[in-house]
Amino acid sequence: MKLESIVGRYAHIENHRIYFEEAGQGIPLLCLHTAGSDGRQYRAVLNDAQITQNFRVITFDMPWHGKSSPPAGWEKEDYRLTTGSYTAMIMGFARALGLEKPVVMGCSIGGRIVLDLALKHARELRALVGLQSGAFVERYYDSSWLDHPEVHGGRACGALAYGLMSPLSPEKERWETVWHYMQGGPGVFTGDLYFYQVEGDIRGRIGEIDTSLCPLYLLTGEYDYSASPRDTEAVAGRVKGAKFTTMKGLGHFPMSENPEAFLGYLRPILDEIKARA
Amino acid sequence: MIESLARLVNADAAIVRWGRQMNETFMVEVGDQQYLLQIENGLIRKVEKGPFVQRTWRFAIRARREAWEKFWQKTPAPGWHDLFGLLRRGEVAFEGDQRVLMAYLQYVKLVLAAPRKA
Repeated sequence: MKLESIVGRYAHIENHRIYFEEAGQGIPLLCLHTAGSDGRQYRAVLNDAQITQNFRVITFDMPWHGKSSPPAGWEKEDYRLTTGSYTAMIMGFARALGLEKPVVMGCSIGGRIVLDLALKHARELRALVGLQSGAFVERYYDSSWLDHPEVHGGRACGALAYGLMSPLSPEKERWETVWHYMQGGPGVFTGDLYFYQVEGDIRGRIGEIDTSLCPLYLLTGEYDYSASPRDTEAVAGRVKGAKFTTMKGLGHFPMSENPEAFLGYLRPILDEIKARA
Repeated sequence: MIESLARLVNADAAIVRWGRQMNETFMVEVGDQQYLLQIENGLIRKVEKGPFVQRTWRFAIRARREAWEKFWQKTPAPGWHDLFGLLRRGEVAFEGDQRVLMAYLQYVKLVLAAPRKA
């Protein structure tokens, strides 16, 4: 038997019962999962001894996701993530855990909200790492089929996530990533996509990000066609001081679909953040 | 490529299992050339080559020949590696009953990507 050093607990924050996992000690590194998935996507970061030596890595499942509960009365209304609710959730969680100037790293919807945090909460954060960040993604498919009684939501969401990964990523990790998507509750992925594809358009404001207050790192997998390297490059082009790298051979879920390759890109960034501290 | 689909898919139990409940006929268009794929419990029973007159199909997936050629590369380039990647590029059209396509999306993706392994 081999025990991982990750510890999972439940926290009651306002009206939510939130599941979170953590490992390591030092600078808090708060990791945000993608739409319709959960914190298991960061299993490799939490298990990386090089990182946990200097960083307290924490990831929480958003309400409705993973092992976190939906709030009472969820059965009476549609779940819809918005910039406001997402930001409040992240900052509320960081405050509740007493995280002092955390680094926040998010992927996909997390990569988008990181840009929002850069605009509104830069002084409270040590650094931001956006994975697959784009200022906006236009809808290019009919997402209503992902939440339809006549289509198995787990299978449909899984198939969608499957395609966003790189064909070069290891099969085992790709299919684990698909599995997380297959376990999402009905309407949760589409509820997150409301923020991603409808409400959370920040194209007009990214130029106001001040990286002298909080450094911004952007990493994007080249096989992602949802938030493509071109989309992230457009962001980097408008944010002075943003550091952008394209991750060769990776797709939309770098930390989960190919942990080893991803850690190769992440470790030097964390070293740089640590050196500034 | 399409002609080899039945052999490639039917010999691969890991693909067949994703379509085990599927009993449908769907169209694949490679440029001007139409094909009808008849699926029975996840096995490809028949691949017919058009042109067709008055045939029924559940959904159709249409793309240029050049797009399919890029899609079928052993290691496709970014954005050419998935049906929804082609959709994002405006390089494919999904027509007909979207419910059935979405219900069997993983199977359809694996079937259409099977020539990469040939």
